[in-house]
Amino acid sequence: MANSQVRQAERKVTVRLAKAADIPQVIAVDAENTGLTKAEYWEDLFERYNSRATDGDDDAQHKSVKRYRFFLIACEGDTVLGFIIGEVRAWEFGSPPCGWIFAIGVRGNTRQGGVGNTLFEALNERFRKAGVTKVRTMLARDDTLIMSFFRAQGMMAGPFIQLEKDL
Amino acid sequence: MKLQKATRCALFAILELAAQPERQLSANEIAEKYGISTNHLAKVLRSLGRVGLVEAVRGAGGGYRFSGNRRRTTLLDIIQLFETIDPIRHGEREDGDDTAEGQALCQVLMEIEDTARATFSAITLDTMIKLVDRGR
Repeated sequence: MANSQVRQAERKVTVRLAKAADIPQVIAVDAENTGLTKAEYWEDLFERYNSRATDGDDDAQHKSVKRYRFFLIACEGDTVLGFIIGEVRAWEFGSPPCGWIFAIGVRGNTRQGGVGNTLFEALNERFRKAGVTKVRTMLARDDTLIMSFFRAQGMMAGPFIQLEKDL
Repeated sequence: MKLQKATRCALFAILELAAQPERQLSANEIAEKYGISTNHLAKVLRSLGRVGLVEAVRGAGGGYRFSGNRRRTTLLDIIQLFETIDPIRHGEREDGDDTAEGQALCQVLMEIEDTARATFSAITLDTMIKLVDRGR
């Protein structure tokens, strides 16, 4: 609560589709943020999102459902500063098409530098081009850091409630 | 959900001051805008001063000024100074809570408390001020 914040200068970063060579750094950023190294998960995600030759072209037409999936990274040169993953999904849970954000992560030492904002806006821009007008995400209730980030982007509680039970 | 009067006074005062941190306002000016008692607000401002969120500026044209960090201070930080929004999680018990029905009711109420807490703890003053601006 005290006056302890030092805000970094906004960084000039490039946002592009992730390439295979970026994945080890993505794994490292995620491990730094979550304390878990999930190499298989990220490699599988990359396979599903960005691995086709056409998927490596950011300007490719959105011809298939797969092109509505985006695994983006923010980088300075060869250094990955953060990542964001999202996809347009339609009619699941009865919802009209909308953009879903499944994951976002930024290197700890670049926080408060606008990298997360840049990634969020870049993904939203791709969602808009894909024809959707709403973006949605789901996160752990006690993950205050990431929840505050999304709130700061103007996101509010939506009309869905997540339910679960032990099996 | 309803917040106590002191909490609402504190939130109004802090949002008013944090919107323009360089500006100083008297308790009267804030009270008048929100239609609240100046005496009550003065007490609330003293509480906010004790935790370093506002500072009193003395002299002609004096008043109060925001002295916290609006990107780091959440609604929950303010609310908790005046009330508990999750009494059951904090162990508050009422008659009948020991029955199966009472326990089931506590479980449902705790779900609501947890959501309220998560919401208040994720909204910073900075985010709230943007929300206010969007509504203008």
